[in-house]
Amino acid sequence: MKNETFSYLPAMTAPQVRKQVEHIVARGWNAAIEHTDPKRRGGSYWTMWKLPLFGERSVDRILAEAEACRKANPGHLVRLIGYDNARQTLGMAFVLPHA
Amino acid sequence: MSTSKESSYRAGVKAYRQTYWEPGYRVRDTDILACFKITPQPGVEREEAAAAVAAESSTGTWTTVWTDLLTDLEHYKGRAYRIEDVPGDPDRFYAFVAYPIDLFEEGSVVNVFTSLVGNVFGFKAIRALRLEDVRFPIAYVMTCGGPPHGIQVERDRMDKYGRPLLGCTIKPKLGLSAKNYGRAVYECLRGGLDFTKDDENVNSQPFMRWRDRFGYVMEAVKKAEAETGERKGHYLNVTAPTPEEMYRRAEFAKSLGAPIIMHDYLTGGFCANTGLANWCRENGVLLHIHRAMHAVIDRNPHHGIHFRVLTKALRLSGGDHLHTGTVVGKLEGDRQATLGWIDLLREKSVKEDRERGIFFDQDWGAMPGAFAVASGGIHVWHMPALLAIFGDDAVFQFGGGTLGHPQGNAAGATANRVALEACVQARNEGRSIEREGKDILTAAARHSPELKAAMETWKEIKFEFDVVDRLAAVNA
Repeated sequence: MKNETFSYLPAMTAPQVRKQVEHIVARGWNAAIEHTDPKRRGGSYWTMWKLPLFGERSVDRILAEAEACRKANPGHLVRLIGYDNARQTLGMAFVLPHA
Repeated sequence: MSTSKESSYRAGVKAYRQTYWEPGYRVRDTDILACFKITPQPGVEREEAAAAVAAESSTGTWTTVWTDLLTDLEHYKGRAYRIEDVPGDPDRFYAFVAYPIDLFEEGSVVNVFTSLVGNVFGFKAIRALRLEDVRFPIAYVMTCGGPPHGIQVERDRMDKYGRPLLGCTIKPKLGLSAKNYGRAVYECLRGGLDFTKDDENVNSQPFMRWRDRFGYVMEAVKKAEAETGERKGHYLNVTAPTPEEMYRRAEFAKSLGAPIIMHDYLTGGFCANTGLANWCRENGVLLHIHRAMHAVIDRNPHHGIHFRVLTKALRLSGGDHLHTGTVVGKLEGDRQATLGWIDLLREKSVKEDRERGIFFDQDWGAMPGAFAVASGGIHVWHMPALLAIFGDDAVFQFGGGTLGHPQGNAAGATANRVALEACVQARNEGRSIEREGKDILTAAARHSPELKAAMETWKEIKFEFDVVDRLAAVNA
């Protein structure tokens, strides 16, 4: 099974994930985290981890929230999103590698 | 052109100038504006030729008629209001014409083009005529349906974010049975493509009737979705001999759960296309638009209609995807000009930019944008350039570049997907993907035998012929 964008590449290392988060911040997008049981991955909606991190410019804090989500939901897929409110879409979304 | 006619049209041309040349005219916000490149007959002055074009594409005819006096021609007439040199070409000039919005039926691309590119293109006072650009006022844009869904809705439907989409036209384009055709679709989709596409030549020929094709193809789409966990689609071509048959095919595609169908908007015609776009909006089916016949209309730099105008026509008529050329592949397309018309296809508002061949500001208001489709002679080595040129809101379609892979369609699809994702990742990391393209792909191929094989297969192929239709600014 695949998980859309970046799922045909080798699992990203921590520094590679950081660079993608830096991209979200640099584009001015709002980071958000959501997760799901892999058995229920197919729909449009996964479970939100808190609210989107509106205005958060700290890459460290975004990564820390993703890590907190993963710890609280063992075995779940965790997806990192960059909401592009200007274009009313997701600027990017990708599933984080398993820890 | 026969010179024996000159004495008869000269008199007419003079009359045109008196009525239809208005250099002081202040353009209204509601006017439809057109820029023509005119090659006049020898001896015809620019103002006369420009006025003749304005007249023949609006209220005028070759002689005055008494019924002119029963209406207010000052209100209805088109006006040539400006003339400009074509840089580097003394034999031609640009004429700008303003048309009152009342000349056109609301929401009718058909009606606008019947006037603007109607009889006037065969007019004897001019040797050649090209419609370079049209400004559609927001008042007119709002009367048109536009793309049935648009880029944002399609991304949500297909669950694709932060990257261009990948497609492939199934080949050989003619002659496969429906079951074998579906096999080729399945292989491409399970390998990692988002879409496959009917070739435009595939309608409903004796070797593969449309109903059989639709059935096998949708089985392939659903199987690939189940196996990959990703959303997939195939552009089922509903282009047909009659509108009734077109709608019948569209209804059947919908009944099978097809997320997207396809139409050829120039051979099918604006009337059919606009109707189908409305049907797609009402029925929640995405619409892919092919452009067969466009090069007949847009390739001659002196006569015809520029593709940026055909792009605007499609955006107004409706489509969620439009083929725009690749810049780098086997088909004609200057980079700056292509960037101009993909902006016109996708953006909310586009400013005049002569470097990109754009003659007018164009405000699209709330009308959705459509995906630019790059298709034709492209392969994995083109991926860095394609991503740099088109950005994310595009579909890259590798036909031969998928199906020609030495290990088959699925491996070809995987190679393309790996190459694309590696380029997106690198771009997001701030790397210069065009300059570092080779390194990026080579590194990605270390983890992907499919990409490695594709890179070895196509490394020698380039398409570096000069373009026929260069922007005037480049010629200067």
